[in-house]
Amino acid sequence: MEAVAEWGRALYETTGINLTILYDAFDQKRFISGLGMTIYLSVVSLFFSLVIGVIGAWAQGSDFKLVRWLINGFIVIFRNTPPLVQIFFFYFGLSNLLPYIEDADGMRAPLFTNVQWAIISLSLFAGAFNIEIFRSGIEAVPNSTKEAASALGYTRLGTYLYIVLPLAIRVCLPALNNNLVNLLKTTSLAYAIAVPELLYASKQIWTDAQNVPTMMVVLLFTYVALVGVLVWAMNAWERSMAIPGYGAGRAR
Amino acid sequence: MSENSEAPFRPMAVLLEPRPRPIGLPDVGLPKLTMTHCYWLAVAALLVAGVAHAQAPAAPAQEALSAAPATPLSVIIKWLPFLLKGFVFNIVISLMAMALGTVSGVLLGLGQISQNALIRRTSWFVTQFFRNSPWLVLLFFAMFMIPFEFHVFGLRIPLPDWFKAIIGFALPVMANVAELLRGAIRSLPSGQWEAAESLAFSRTKTIWGIILPQCVKRMLPPWMNLYSLITMATVLASIVGVGEMLTLTAQVHAAEGGRPELFAPLYGFAMVCFFLYCYPISKLTQRLERRFNVKT
Repeated sequence: MEAVAEWGRALYETTGINLTILYDAFDQKRFISGLGMTIYLSVVSLFFSLVIGVIGAWAQGSDFKLVRWLINGFIVIFRNTPPLVQIFFFYFGLSNLLPYIEDADGMRAPLFTNVQWAIISLSLFAGAFNIEIFRSGIEAVPNSTKEAASALGYTRLGTYLYIVLPLAIRVCLPALNNNLVNLLKTTSLAYAIAVPELLYASKQIWTDAQNVPTMMVVLLFTYVALVGVLVWAMNAWERSMAIPGYGAGRAR
Repeated sequence: MSENSEAPFRPMAVLLEPRPRPIGLPDVGLPKLTMTHCYWLAVAALLVAGVAHAQAPAAPAQEALSAAPATPLSVIIKWLPFLLKGFVFNIVISLMAMALGTVSGVLLGLGQISQNALIRRTSWFVTQFFRNSPWLVLLFFAMFMIPFEFHVFGLRIPLPDWFKAIIGFALPVMANVAELLRGAIRSLPSGQWEAAESLAFSRTKTIWGIILPQCVKRMLPPWMNLYSLITMATVLASIVGVGEMLTLTAQVHAAEGGRPELFAPLYGFAMVCFFLYCYPISKLTQRLERRFNVKT
């Protein structure tokens, strides 16, 4: 650790490239906590968006017309409005309409904090896409497969759990990957409501240390690395789950 | 066995059954009220309301001040031309970013199939880099790294904020278009290349005369999707201080006294505007996708 700091200082003195995150403990802490917040935001909203996707896809197959209609409306609205406006709408608009609570110090505090609002709006945004993705996956499983399962004595739930879902997940995996990568990139929008994530932390650092170009490049490469890790992991998963003989799976 | 020949068509036990195509069906009977009609009705209502508002004599400001606080609806109607001007600016930014990004993206995509390994590697890296970084970060990048003016031969060329924002949006568009093009080229059967070669087409002529025209059809739906995404992303420019719709919305909110209950209707109005613009694009994309769903 000390060697890295020394190297950072030497780099600044010899070349003028000021990487404060290497030798300044305060900046380093800010950057790492920003990175942690970005990962936290992505993982939590990824989880909730998947839950929304599964529940929504299930509800879309319901017999009630109203439920189907509501789900479709939700998808259409969230897919066709800017995510930033959604975040503002939730954080500024809805937050003010909801009742206030008292926090530990007896002060008036909003029901949800900005981090929670960011998670809510990001999950809803990504979830709207996930519903469509899951639905297309479930629809891709042909009826004859389900009939064969019931002929073999599977119950309805058993068919869904052991036959439909495993096939559907494999079919919709590429689209799902795309959406999850998008979600990770969209977390940077939480900057707008002052969630201390990577972009926000970097902005603070480059404002304090006056090293805008250097920090900007570091920031870009950090995001590319984060997305790269996710893409790599998802691709490996996709390959291991590929159905033999379909698409690019195993056959090539 | 006549029963066998008349048996209904059963899909074979494959995973992806052929999708029925409802396109060729003849339309019979009265047209039903669909989402499209609702959409056009809403647009017409907005237009009429806007024109009526523009034609109406301006309400005296004193009355408004003395009266009770304005309702959200009256606030929106009052500022409608101002907000819509911002929205038009958003659309202008999106169109220009798309044009710039498409042209550079096609070049980058062609670089990815270049025969020179160095060009191929570099284009691949550039594509992946700009595709994998968040749009907001790229926008920051463009805003801070591009100088606010250029000096060429003693000539001062100023670069306003909105122009830098266009470049910032064009970067991800470029990378995405390059990837779309690469995908489209890869989806063409290799027989096209071989046939062109056997007809003594040069590589350049093959690409421009045979490959690219076929790619246009394949690229159109995802390209429109991308356009809709970039339109929705233009609001990010408000974060870096370009005066587009969201900035104006915040200004309107401040001008109306910053009442917290006005936030929801004002941002809701911005959502409605974008929805009315992007929804038909996505519907059209879906229709084109179904139409172009060519099986090779």
